[in-house]
Amino acid sequence: MDQEKDCAMYTQHIESGARKVTLELTVNGRKVIRDIDPSLTLLHFLRDELKMFGTKEACGEGECGACTVIMNGKAVTSCIVLAIEANNAQITTVEGLAKDGKLSILQEEFISQDALQCGFCTPGVLMSTRALLDSNPNPSDEEIIEVLSGNLCRCTGYIPILNAVKRTVEREQKELGQ
Amino acid sequence: MEERKYQSKYKRVGQRYDRKDAGEKVTGQAIYTYDLEFPGMLHARCLLSPYARAKIVSIDTSKAKALPGVRAILTGEDSDILVGLYMQDKRVFSKGETRYQGDVVAAVAAEDEETAERAVSLIEVVYEPLTPVHDVDEALQGDILVHDDINDLKHYVGVFFPQKDSNIASWNKSKKGDLDTAFAESDLVVENDFSLPAVAHVPMETHVSIVQSDPYSNKIKIWTSAQSPFAIRQIMADSFGISETDVEVHIPYVGGGFGGKAGIHLEPLATLLSRAAGGLPVKVRATREQEFNQLPTRAGMRGRLKTAANNDGTITAVQAVYDWDSGAYADYGVNVGKTAVYSGIGPYAVENASIDSKTIYTNKVFSTAYRGFGHLETHWAIERQIDILSQKLGIDPYEFRMKNLLEPGDKTMSGEVITVSSGSPKDCLTAVVKEIGWTGRKTEEEREREWKTGKVRGKGFAMLQKAPAMPANTATSVIMQMNGDGRVKMMIGAVDFGQGAITALAQIAAQELDIPIEHIEISAEIDTRANPYDWNTVASKLIFLGGNAVIKASREMLRKMKEVAGQALRTEPENLLHANGEVYHRHDPNRRLSYKDIALGYMYPNGSGIGGPLIASGSSIADGLTNLHPETGQGNPAAVWTFGAHAVDIEVDVETGDITVLKVASAFDIGQVINEKLVYGQICGGVLQGLGSALLEGYKFNKDGQLMNPSFTDNKIPTMKDMPIEIVPIYIENPQHNGPYGARGVGEHPMISIPSAIGNAVYDALGINFHVLPLSPEAIVLGIQSGRKSILCTDVDCLPGRL
Repeated sequence: MDQEKDCAMYTQHIESGARKVTLELTVNGRKVIRDIDPSLTLLHFLRDELKMFGTKEACGEGECGACTVIMNGKAVTSCIVLAIEANNAQITTVEGLAKDGKLSILQEEFISQDALQCGFCTPGVLMSTRALLDSNPNPSDEEIIEVLSGNLCRCTGYIPILNAVKRTVEREQKELGQ
Repeated sequence: MEERKYQSKYKRVGQRYDRKDAGEKVTGQAIYTYDLEFPGMLHARCLLSPYARAKIVSIDTSKAKALPGVRAILTGEDSDILVGLYMQDKRVFSKGETRYQGDVVAAVAAEDEETAERAVSLIEVVYEPLTPVHDVDEALQGDILVHDDINDLKHYVGVFFPQKDSNIASWNKSKKGDLDTAFAESDLVVENDFSLPAVAHVPMETHVSIVQSDPYSNKIKIWTSAQSPFAIRQIMADSFGISETDVEVHIPYVGGGFGGKAGIHLEPLATLLSRAAGGLPVKVRATREQEFNQLPTRAGMRGRLKTAANNDGTITAVQAVYDWDSGAYADYGVNVGKTAVYSGIGPYAVENASIDSKTIYTNKVFSTAYRGFGHLETHWAIERQIDILSQKLGIDPYEFRMKNLLEPGDKTMSGEVITVSSGSPKDCLTAVVKEIGWTGRKTEEEREREWKTGKVRGKGFAMLQKAPAMPANTATSVIMQMNGDGRVKMMIGAVDFGQGAITALAQIAAQELDIPIEHIEISAEIDTRANPYDWNTVASKLIFLGGNAVIKASREMLRKMKEVAGQALRTEPENLLHANGEVYHRHDPNRRLSYKDIALGYMYPNGSGIGGPLIASGSSIADGLTNLHPETGQGNPAAVWTFGAHAVDIEVDVETGDITVLKVASAFDIGQVINEKLVYGQICGGVLQGLGSALLEGYKFNKDGQLMNPSFTDNKIPTMKDMPIEIVPIYIENPQHNGPYGARGVGEHPMISIPSAIGNAVYDALGINFHVLPLSPEAIVLGIQSGRKSILCTDVDCLPGRL
């Protein structure tokens, strides 16, 4: 049976004393170097190695967007990205959104538009939005919806999220002169 | 984007405050059970039955046990503990026989998740597959019993009625009037079946529990993603034969619940593993696949309705039979079935009616509470049936409903008399119908003309009602203490899993005490050792019961403050008023003290003190409720009804079957808005969950009873692309005489009757009555192609058409 074969291969890999690899990357502006198991996902690297628990897992197969982080300017679902793929990368997580002790406009608008309820999908939604606005500071409704349709939220019905993103766009244009 | 308009007459109640937990949630600081780690913590994985029903011939765990890092393995041979909310019918581990694909056969606790998973794959089980009970019809035949010990199951006597030697976990009934005469004498009698499949709650945080069982005492410490800490405490104590005080339940932030976390789920399993592993903490977390096929769902349901009406538009009789495909265990399912007997005819005054509601065991994933349980399902049936009646009578569906809706003086199904303070279904319907510009049903000519464009518009609406479905003696409580700075710490036992409970209750306290909401310290985290009792965080009961408890506690706090301040200011307490964090003399406002001057006791200039730390409490229990009569269903089940209505405007693509929801207008008679932002959030979220049930969600089982779609790939929930273009919330405020500031609950209601409103709009668009959910593009296209006017089944096999 295939399952048995897979299992045997896995056992072999484990028993061979899993070779560690050195990973070097920047997370929220901080340089990080760690020796890791090459099979570790970026999500588990952030959570288990760096103990940064802001990034969540809700499906583990890249379907729901809860684990979204920004890697070299692009939103990725960190549960299906290997940590070694992030070697030399710049990573931004939800913990990196506020700067100098002040919430970002995006975070403020999520609060004021009540764009969250249970909050479990929120870090992923924030990071997908941030990546969108960094590459397209003035997106249309359709562009926002296209991008954020990759982030599942069961609580809000999305309308408050769309409102928060639109308010963020308005304010960032005005306040940051983008 | 327009700002919604709402003005409250109160300074704090009704105002649009940001939710208190928002800051932590947008910065990644909010900690959920999923995030917790403890020293020595083990990770568990479960081995699930691959068969819907099978005999367990043998289990060999020797290879798994030999794996380094494995600390405990348990099977049905190791524990006979039974759990259950209303019926003790569920073993923590299957023994002898498995009852659904997903039943836990064995579990492993190991030093990490990977080892646990590998160990599970090394457990060898020999099964003998048995013929499963697939559906309610097979179950009702009773040839195979899902629980052959049904006669002996311990259950909540007098409220639920398991039937001897059958698959019926509970048969609840209600009846009034004279049905036979009404059917014989009415102008029109219409019979229809309606059904809907099981669906999943899909909280973004899957079920997860951590348990540490003290090996030297009975003490069990639980950290869990759950809605009902005190119910878990009580059920754990019952099942394990220990005291409630031995069970400590901690609830950190919860990543969504919707009823799916209302009961007890992974906690007993983690407890047994912790015990077997010498008392180390054990974390068990459902994968997304397990969330779909191991953890409970909303039950599938079939409603058979026979209704009678007269040509003048009076509904004369309703006979309803609701059969719930509730899966392998009763859990909340029996209570879901119970709601149908008092709410299952909708908010209508009908003199002659009977309801039989059977919660039925089948060999499928079991079911539990889901947002407004029992209501979305029965309202799918009754609100479609009402629409069909109006079609047959040739009466406008708005006029038809208005003629029959409950008004003061009318009686509900269970015989309660509606009063002015019950709220008004008619106000809700009138508001939404006006909002979508209803001018009557489309004519055939209009439909044909639009058909040629490829897209057909349709409008429809539906009523809804719900009261908290809860035991007659449901209670909650609040403890308040004034901090040294004059701010107030408030503790509740209910869980804020996103619905906004802590913010709304803080607003009520802030209103009563007249201090800023920021001065109310309240945590979403619950610890049963410290927080006071609450029954369950379910049923949209918290604003009503919890709000009243907050008012009581606040007034007790004010009374105690004024006693101390009276002494300090040398006056009688009744001469004192309070405002803006100060107590002052009503005739001499210069004689005043700020709250902080008395918070921990008042100190005279010479240093001596009086009073002491200010503490107050408030309890609230449902008032005047009764169990229902077992045969007639008469009694008083509803602490507070919330009535509502949805109207929708949709566009159907006749080529692809896609339904675009252009507008949803939703009105609820909630008595008083406590926080407009939070109510709007509940409406947007509930409406979209309702659209999920209406248009895309549903479990699919194969002929062997196995779940075919346990993933987001095949079991879609709505994304941002599925949201309606516009949702218009309408708040009707006819005050509830005994509600806090007149308020009623609304957390669950927005989901109810969205499917029926869509179904009615689809009829308006296409002239076809659909009887089965979901109204997926396939179903719509198959329906159109079949050329029929009534679609009773949307499976490809049962639609003889032009395929």
